[in-house]
Amino acid sequence: MATPAVTRSPRGRRNRPRGAERPGRGTLLLLTPPMLWLGVAYLGALGALFITSLWQQNDFTGAIERVWTLDNFRDLFTIDVYRTITFRTIAIAALVTVVDALLAFPIALYMAKVASPRLQRLLVISVLMPLWASYLVKAYAWRGMLSENGLIAWLGAPFGIDTPGYGLPATTIVLAYLWLPYMILPIYAGLERLPDSLWEASADLGGGAWTTLRRVVLPMAFPAIVAGSIFTFSLSLGDYIAVRIVGGTSQLLGNVVYDNVGAANNLPFAAAVATIPVVVMVIYLAAARRTGALENL
Amino acid sequence: MPTAISLRGLSKHFGDVKAVDDLDLDIADGEFFSMLGPSGSGKTTVLRLIAGFEQPTAGRIELGGKDVTGRPPFARDVNTVFQDYAIFPHMSVRQNVEYGLRVKRVPRADRRARAEEALATVRLEGYGDRRPHQLSGGQRQRVALARALVNRPQVLLLDEPLGALDLKLRRQMQIELKQIQRDVGITFVFVTHDQEEALTMSDRIAVFNEGRIEQLATPVELYEQPASSFVAGFVGTSNLLEGPVARDVVGSDGQFVVRPEKVSMLAPADAPAEDGEHCVARGTVREVVYLGAATHSVVDLDAGATLTVAHQNTDRSIDAALERRGQQVLLVWSRDSLVPLGGNDAVPAGSTTGRQPSSPEENTP
Repeated sequence: MATPAVTRSPRGRRNRPRGAERPGRGTLLLLTPPMLWLGVAYLGALGALFITSLWQQNDFTGAIERVWTLDNFRDLFTIDVYRTITFRTIAIAALVTVVDALLAFPIALYMAKVASPRLQRLLVISVLMPLWASYLVKAYAWRGMLSENGLIAWLGAPFGIDTPGYGLPATTIVLAYLWLPYMILPIYAGLERLPDSLWEASADLGGGAWTTLRRVVLPMAFPAIVAGSIFTFSLSLGDYIAVRIVGGTSQLLGNVVYDNVGAANNLPFAAAVATIPVVVMVIYLAAARRTGALENL
Repeated sequence: MPTAISLRGLSKHFGDVKAVDDLDLDIADGEFFSMLGPSGSGKTTVLRLIAGFEQPTAGRIELGGKDVTGRPPFARDVNTVFQDYAIFPHMSVRQNVEYGLRVKRVPRADRRARAEEALATVRLEGYGDRRPHQLSGGQRQRVALARALVNRPQVLLLDEPLGALDLKLRRQMQIELKQIQRDVGITFVFVTHDQEEALTMSDRIAVFNEGRIEQLATPVELYEQPASSFVAGFVGTSNLLEGPVARDVVGSDGQFVVRPEKVSMLAPADAPAEDGEHCVARGTVREVVYLGAATHSVVDLDAGATLTVAHQNTDRSIDAALERRGQQVLLVWSRDSLVPLGGNDAVPAGSTTGRQPSSPEENTP
């Protein structure tokens, strides 16, 4: 009677390692609403999206017919313009990510390892500050700056530089601007975690600043860069506002979805188009997982 | 013997704090040199100044006769074993060890051979392909050592490298480090706060206190002839006699130290004949601490101070020792083992028991 009772006593339970502890009923009760929210609002919606993409629309009435069909996906793969738009969107998202990584790394490096603690705090705030302003305001501000007689044309005139005008370059610039904080912050956090002794060890073993950066800092910051790229890449992939405001006539996947939801009122096709970024992101995340980036989010 | 490191008027101030204060020091070639001191005594700062991680506020650093003050770490012929090892986690053990050679563009085959040799020196043959996270603390410590040794530096700097290891492994590594140092013949500068570690391995030890060297001596000198009460207290257990107690027991003013193992404890009835060669003090045993190999008795002297007496447990006398708690005892030690501190005169011979001081200094304040 004594021995089994002892192992089941509350004391024995408290001595269990943390990870082995089973959640009590109270914990379950507390977790249920947020887990439901995650399940229904996020995964449920994604499931609904996918199911909708397998339905079709009646061409005459515009009503949705709940008949299982792969027609939407067949259209996506066979009609050239959609393929072009898909690759263009992925290319823009990749370009935005590269531009952001190139801009963010030196900034994050300065913040994490050079700036005084006071300046460090100020810089973190100034990186976050643009996120407080409305997306639309920022996009329209860029529209103004990129216009024919805008700030960029005026500033560049003495150097023979003209505004790129509205189009894909402008879209890339604006997206890179919008998502830059999402790249800076993970890299900053990653670099801050890097012990100073690793830099010193590299210098001690004969590595100059450049060698240390290339052989120690960059490889170690790589997962953090990938973590930031998950944000910049996925946000660019789904964006449809920036391209409408500064993209001129260029189309990205987001526009196609938007137009099919709005003007064309073809929800099943819009859903099919919307699955493309989801699939691309799933592949991207699977690749990112191998670098250990997901532990850096 | 030629000088490996020479520090002249070296100072490092952090704001108002003088971490290192006008330091002069010469370390000989091939020496195992330890810098011992409590945390914040400046010993690590001196090491970092030699390595080049910090720039001195004033003074000069010479390595092998060449002035290297102001040179960056990568342009100094020294290598460091870091306290946290600072192993590059994204590289294999071999890549870690080869790093210094790779940066200096040593050809691949040569690099590989030297890395294997260094790994063999620290007894890690066959570990080249392991990842750092697969190694134990002791093994990581060896990798850090191999990574530094492979560059064959003039001087190896070690910043409390054994601090994170458990006692048994630490003792083993102490012996191994000393062995490796003898084999490779490189000057080792070893920073530690562990006096036993310093005594075990070093040729010479500098005891640091508040940015200055309190005493620079061989381990034997340091233990047997501490120059100040700080050194006496930091290195080993010390029994300090000063003021009226010193006058009473020793028969002279000043500060005196006697090591616990030099004191014998007798029953009051066994008082030795007064021969002028011994100090005798009466006291009460307050505490008896059994330490396995030895027993320490803490004795409150009637004269005022508290002395610790060490007794090797070579026979079964421990039972008797334990029973002495609370009893009156007589402590006896030879005058030769009494160390005067900080510039007071030699121990006067004269009074035997110290109870009737007869020395002329008796009345000096």
